[in-house]
Amino acid sequence: MIKLMKGNEALAEAAIRAGADAYFGYPITPQSEVLEYLAREAEKRTGMVVLQAESEVASINMVYGAAGTGKKVWTSSSSPGISLMQEGISYIASAELPCLIVNVQRGGPGLGTIQPAQSDYFQSVKGGGHGDYHMIVIAPATVQEMSDFVKLSFELAFKYRNPVMILTDGALGQMMEKVEFFEQQERTTEKLDWATVGKPTDRDHNVITSLHIKPDKMEEINIHLQKKYRLIEENEIRFEEIMCEDADYIITAFGLVARICTKAAELAREKGIKVGVFRPISLYPFPYEKIKSHSSKIKGILDVEMNAGQMIEDVKLSVNGKVPVEFYGRMGGIVPAPDEILEALEKYIEGGKL
Amino acid sequence: MSIDTLDRIETKVFERPTSLIDTEMHYCPGCGHGTAHRLIAEVIDEMGIVEETIGVAPVGCSVFAYNYIGVDFSEAAHGRASAVATGIKRVLPEKYVFSYQGDGDLAAIGTGETIHTCNRGENILIIFINNGIYGMTGGQMAPTTLPNMKSTTSPFGRDTKSMGYPLKITELVAQLPGTYYVTRQSVHKPLNVRRTKKAIQKGFEYQKLNKGTSFIEIVSNCPSNWKMTPVESNKWLDENMLPYYPLGDIKVPNEKEA
Repeated sequence: MIKLMKGNEALAEAAIRAGADAYFGYPITPQSEVLEYLAREAEKRTGMVVLQAESEVASINMVYGAAGTGKKVWTSSSSPGISLMQEGISYIASAELPCLIVNVQRGGPGLGTIQPAQSDYFQSVKGGGHGDYHMIVIAPATVQEMSDFVKLSFELAFKYRNPVMILTDGALGQMMEKVEFFEQQERTTEKLDWATVGKPTDRDHNVITSLHIKPDKMEEINIHLQKKYRLIEENEIRFEEIMCEDADYIITAFGLVARICTKAAELAREKGIKVGVFRPISLYPFPYEKIKSHSSKIKGILDVEMNAGQMIEDVKLSVNGKVPVEFYGRMGGIVPAPDEILEALEKYIEGGKL
Repeated sequence: MSIDTLDRIETKVFERPTSLIDTEMHYCPGCGHGTAHRLIAEVIDEMGIVEETIGVAPVGCSVFAYNYIGVDFSEAAHGRASAVATGIKRVLPEKYVFSYQGDGDLAAIGTGETIHTCNRGENILIIFINNGIYGMTGGQMAPTTLPNMKSTTSPFGRDTKSMGYPLKITELVAQLPGTYYVTRQSVHKPLNVRRTKKAIQKGFEYQKLNKGTSFIEIVSNCPSNWKMTPVESNKWLDENMLPYYPLGDIKVPNEKEA
């Protein structure tokens, strides 16, 4: 089925089709269409539970409870709401519960703005809540991927018993594009040996917890989590390379910005500057090695983000000083245009910085 | 009668409920939690619903309830037990779900979740242990600490002018249309223990009938942080807690309907 649809609605439609069992959420601009769409469509089509909670704090804890039963559960919010969820996300990561959390980012800090931004990169990939943990974080660039990545997220969440975040922004959430949906999947629940579904006589009672009061046990849990994260880093790196083969310069960008940068690269090539775009799709795990592999063939990297420069730290770690890395960003809800990105690149080149 | 026969006589008058795990509890001597846990385990056993029950234990002394009551359990963040219970119940509506929460958890940090869970009439049982103090963190003032009662953070007694009044959250949730059965009990005397057990049983039974939220407050003691012997603490409970938190049903179902 091909439809013209808003990114937020595509998320909701995809979750229905992926056979999600429950959604718990709270309205916040610019992603309220998710809850609105589900309220209209979900229950009648698949019986998915859709509940408007009293807050994002309650939402994420409902997700925690429901995910503990082994059901396919998700929530979505935008930046300030995601901040409120951080404690719950830390508990979910520690208790190893599969679930999907979508952040349709808006400009911050504080109440900020309702316009798109990418300033929650650090929060999403570096922890966000307390303790050593990671979510798997993937960043769509099209409304098509808003749909595709919902299905992928549930697969990854259950494969690794780990929370997965789709990190997107208000522009992708609000804009309409053509999207081809995957087939409706049945709602099925696998029998999981760890889930709290009621204790049958042939097993011990299951406990979902992140509390291990003895430090040696807590260290054991941490070691286990870190092993899992290494496995994820080994297997789940995703990226897209656009015109990188012959490029002298590479622009690194994620999400929607990568598409704008692709236009900037095309404009640059018209002027004879060979520019490619490297787009990390998985932000955690980050494609460090892949970016590094380009560093011997290029003169420099321009990192472009809708923030003050966050992913650039991981890009710099990737190339480890081998090539210069410069930055161009807009903040507070401003989306950069292709010509200003090209202008920034040209200035760095002319100034001898790239 | 031979000695052999005597050995074989099995008239058990008291035994551990199957659902109460045979392990050492971390609760202090004389604390009411142990009795309350036992009652829950007894009711679960007697109703035969071990396989159908999921408990939620949030932060506080009662966080380790999952080590003692042998049903599937979810630990919850401080204050969030009723949200976690909501999540479980919504995806497993045919199961019995209960939360076991202290006063700090339910009536301070989790007030929002408590009110809204009850207001939605979530079909769960909330068991609320009110001992007027923060036990696990070492005796700080709770939302239910009595006026002039001393705690480590109200060392001169709770001054209601600056520290507010003890929150009668049970009366508050009884006002909400979502609650079906709201009662206040205690476990400090045998008669009260029996009444509390009856209340817990009703709570589970109403859940089976899909009636909405059952809310049982158990006024309890904290000998360690009240700095009393267990016997003194029960006497103090009688003389000080119960006048402020009177025992009895606050909201009872219409019997015909029930």
